[in-house]
Amino acid sequence: MLPRTLRPKGTLSPIQLRGPSGLNCRFLAHVANIEDIPTEDDKPFSVPIPDGSFETYHFHPPPSSLETTKQQLKQLYHDMTMVRRMETAADSLYKDRKIRGFCHLSTGQEAVAVGIEHAITRDDKLITAYRSHGFTLMRGGTVKSIIAELLGRQGGISYGKGGSMHMFCESFFGGNGIVGASVPLGAGIAFAQQYNEKPNVTINLFGDGAANQGQVHEAFNLAKLWNLPVIFGCENNKYGMGTSADRASAMTDYYKRAQYIPGLRVNGMDVLAVLSAVRHGKEYVQAGNGPLLYEYTTYRFAGHSMSDPGTAYRSREELKAERTNDPISNLRENLIDWAVFTEAQAKEIDESVRKKIAEQVAEAEKSPEPELKAEVLFQDIYVRGSEPSQRRGRTIDETYYPG
Amino acid sequence: MASPRLFRPAARLLSSRLSSAPFRPVVQTACTPSILRSRGYATESGPKEVTVRDALNEALTEELESNQKTFILGEEVAQYNGAYKVTRGLLDRFGPKRVIDTPITEAGFCGLAVGAALAGLHPICEFMTFNFAMQAIDQIINSAAKTHYMSGGIQPCNITFRGPNGFAAGVAAQHSQDYSAWYGSIPGLKVVAPWSAEDAKGLLKAAIRDPNPVVVLENELLYGQAFAMSEAAQKDDFVLPIGKAKIERPGKDLTIVTLSRCVGQSLNAAAELKQKYGVEAEVINLRSVKPLDVETVIQSLKKTGRLMCVESGFPMFGVSSEILALSMEYGFDYLTAPAVRVTGAEVPTPYAAGLEALSFPQEDTIVGQAAKLLRL
Repeated sequence: MLPRTLRPKGTLSPIQLRGPSGLNCRFLAHVANIEDIPTEDDKPFSVPIPDGSFETYHFHPPPSSLETTKQQLKQLYHDMTMVRRMETAADSLYKDRKIRGFCHLSTGQEAVAVGIEHAITRDDKLITAYRSHGFTLMRGGTVKSIIAELLGRQGGISYGKGGSMHMFCESFFGGNGIVGASVPLGAGIAFAQQYNEKPNVTINLFGDGAANQGQVHEAFNLAKLWNLPVIFGCENNKYGMGTSADRASAMTDYYKRAQYIPGLRVNGMDVLAVLSAVRHGKEYVQAGNGPLLYEYTTYRFAGHSMSDPGTAYRSREELKAERTNDPISNLRENLIDWAVFTEAQAKEIDESVRKKIAEQVAEAEKSPEPELKAEVLFQDIYVRGSEPSQRRGRTIDETYYPG
Repeated sequence: MASPRLFRPAARLLSSRLSSAPFRPVVQTACTPSILRSRGYATESGPKEVTVRDALNEALTEELESNQKTFILGEEVAQYNGAYKVTRGLLDRFGPKRVIDTPITEAGFCGLAVGAALAGLHPICEFMTFNFAMQAIDQIINSAAKTHYMSGGIQPCNITFRGPNGFAAGVAAQHSQDYSAWYGSIPGLKVVAPWSAEDAKGLLKAAIRDPNPVVVLENELLYGQAFAMSEAAQKDDFVLPIGKAKIERPGKDLTIVTLSRCVGQSLNAAAELKQKYGVEAEVINLRSVKPLDVETVIQSLKKTGRLMCVESGFPMFGVSSEILALSMEYGFDYLTAPAVRVTGAEVPTPYAAGLEALSFPQEDTIVGQAAKLLRL
């Protein structure tokens, strides 16, 4: 990940002029930025964030331009392509009946996972719900370990014991299968950061479906009450399974739903807007201002899970229209426009990603299944060294005595 | 036939509550300046009478003192000094960072505590009673108990859930239920149920130190009861192993396996059995529901040939059912009579005192059932 660079104070001014004259300012900034694009890969410059990317609730919007480098922009493109390709690989493995059970893909939502990761550090914590493959990859899981987990293999990130919804790594707390339950957990992770006097933030994600769970609101209350360093984030992909947001929520402005917590709605189809918003939010939270509630408006191109074609509750026209707003091709067009890379260079990235994923999927498929023995079956129910002296199997004869 | 019996347990209940009153001043003086108290222990010698409430308070004080990652949160634990005064004095001693009042928001604060545990702290999550923990049971089971396994062992969750559980007097169905079997059935959890002051201190300390999620099922009616506490148990390094039962009373004719408040009732019943029939009942205090000390139970059963379980949970799919099943699996050949159980009745706890007494094991229920089992 790139080191964060200081944003020149001047770039804040167009934002504060937002209003009737805001558009004009943005346009000027845009032109200026294009001319400013450096030749060096690691030299900071600003790119514009389009008007309408943010809607605020008792909160100052992020700046309308984002300080970045060509290297970072290319990395963003690379990372989103990685997530997309990995999900596509999971899709075909599932269709080949190699992946069992639930498998929730995040195609269409890549900008959220990637944008957030580029705005935080590895000391910041992240927790999400069950659509977690992209986040796991961005937090440091390898494609091989994620795909191997989906395949239920020994080489999986959770050694084949968690599956699609339960993947963990350093500073990443899953992958949680109970809708809404991860939100208080995230508040607790932020609590631990505050308790340990760490200057970091917790990114606490849930879906528009989870937003109606009572405990989500309990977590909002506790976080504000105790001024916890957490950015709640509702990934609003417009459907909780097959139920559209407006059939589930009396008020669908999810960023306003904790009335006492400042909120921000972010265009979750634009990775630069997400990055800018989270960077901005992190500064706000780190300054001791307490929690924020973000809403990332996004869209899942796939069904809810692999068993859902995703067409019964939404029209083909809607799907088609949303697919034209693809976060990856949008960024690609912009980067070509801004001469960050050429079409040929973009294709090179695509090709290298395709190759990397194919290699890692092949490796994952080579990973053996967990050994079918009691030591493996019963391992890690309890922390090693603190296990009970026996665990019962299906019959008394299968009772396991460790050690 | 049943009605004359009802007066006795009710009266006994009342007298046990009254008898705990003289100990209350001890609680108050002993609790406030905790430093003085621990100094006192260092110089005094011999066993000492300590209430369960005090023993729990001492365990909390010692663990909060020795481990900075430990904190306690729950409803009314801080400024109010605990709904049952178990956390009395802790706020003054450890401050609001580590002794935290929460709003009435079980799913929220329990989930938050589990999250803090996942992030490396060692929270003690107090439920005012375990009846209210039902609001948060998903967090205890799905988030706390399962995450370590689901993560392939990379994500531990060192948390202690504690609070009063089971039978309480005159509070009707929603506030008087035993959850031993609920938590006892979940892989990934450890569950302890202390009876005496030593149990309370040793098991709570063990629970806090254990790197897994542990559920400590206390009992409200035991809080005020005083027990002799050995010199060893008064020290701050005293812990009891989780998963080990204690033979409270040795005997050769009958094994009574029991837990929590029913241990006291069973001991009284055993004394009565001795007095009335000259029978020696062995009383096993389980101490730990999960893991269950099958070995101690079966060894005793081999000696006595007869098994009776006494608990206050609902009869179906309960702790007793499990022990009876285990006795079939491990001890069938040693049983000289079918094993029996004395449990709570299959009824939501009624409010009226007489009906309430009919819903839970009483000492004469235990004696009667034992006599029947022994064909006396």
